[in-house]
Amino acid sequence: MKKTLLKLFIFLVAIAILTPLGLLAEGDAWGEWSADTLQKLVGFVPEGIKKFSSLWNAPFSDYSIKGLNDTAGYILSAFLGIILLVGVFYLLDLVFFKKKAQ
Amino acid sequence: MHIPDGYLSPQTCGVMYAISLPVLAYASKKVIKNTSNRTLPLLGIFSAFSFLVMMFNVPVPGGTTAHGIGGTLIAIVLGPWEAVLAVSMALFIQAVFFGDGGILAYGANVFNMAIVLPLVGYGVYKLISKDAPFGSKRQLIAAAIGSYVGINAAALLDGIELGIQPLLYHTANGTPLYCPYPLSQAVPAMMLAHLTIAGFVEVVITVGVLAFVYKYAPEIFALREGLNEKNTA
Repeated sequence: MKKTLLKLFIFLVAIAILTPLGLLAEGDAWGEWSADTLQKLVGFVPEGIKKFSSLWNAPFSDYSIKGLNDTAGYILSAFLGIILLVGVFYLLDLVFFKKKAQ
Repeated sequence: MHIPDGYLSPQTCGVMYAISLPVLAYASKKVIKNTSNRTLPLLGIFSAFSFLVMMFNVPVPGGTTAHGIGGTLIAIVLGPWEAVLAVSMALFIQAVFFGDGGILAYGANVFNMAIVLPLVGYGVYKLISKDAPFGSKRQLIAAAIGSYVGINAAALLDGIELGIQPLLYHTANGTPLYCPYPLSQAVPAMMLAHLTIAGFVEVVITVGVLAFVYKYAPEIFALREGLNEKNTA
């Protein structure tokens, strides 16, 4: 199983390096516009969007990292995502597998 | 397909959390029951894969962008409840760290992308594949159709959730309070993006990775077959 995980991990790293291709597409996803963009699109910003859109300020908003250009920030975000997700499930495995093994 | 905060009313968000949380609890229970097979580290890998897939924005008709998700793929390789958890966790990290998808809207995003998508996709896959062996032509065709239907089912629900907002929530003079686009615009926009482009991106990812796993890591399929036997025994 260790070998399998390693193979798949290498596969992930290769994909992470390619993620900046996702920056080439221009524009936002439908229904995911910022308040400013919405102002331009429909001529006003709905009250609810004014109220809730900045409810949470994510540290790496839009997969960008302060001080880095878009491409570097995107790749680093991709690696951060891998580390966090692989890490979370690794910890869950430690907790639940160990418990069951006892 | 990541709904940001402010596009859905707090009431809608509450309803979506009320639907999604029990499903997540059920999925967790099912997955933990199977942990003796060491599926959790694999789940981490596939969860990260889904996270990465969603970073590949592709241009779609209408000047917006869309992306694949990989939920049906995970359901086929590791199991439907495993897919629910893997995609939910990816969405959680995206919302909290990268501001992709809202915190209030997390329940809705989980419902669309992490529950409906893999379960519908896997259901269609199962109907078509019957018990076709891994790596067979029939299995790959079933995976292609399942993943296409799955992502489009998610897109449809996303469009409906956004589109009902101006109908339900507006000021006295009719100005929308949340998503300003009605059903007649939200549903066609979401469907156009996913029926034409993102659906096929999902198909390519699903079939491509299935073929990759079959060639380079077939032991994963063996693991899943073992799980099936154990579950039906």
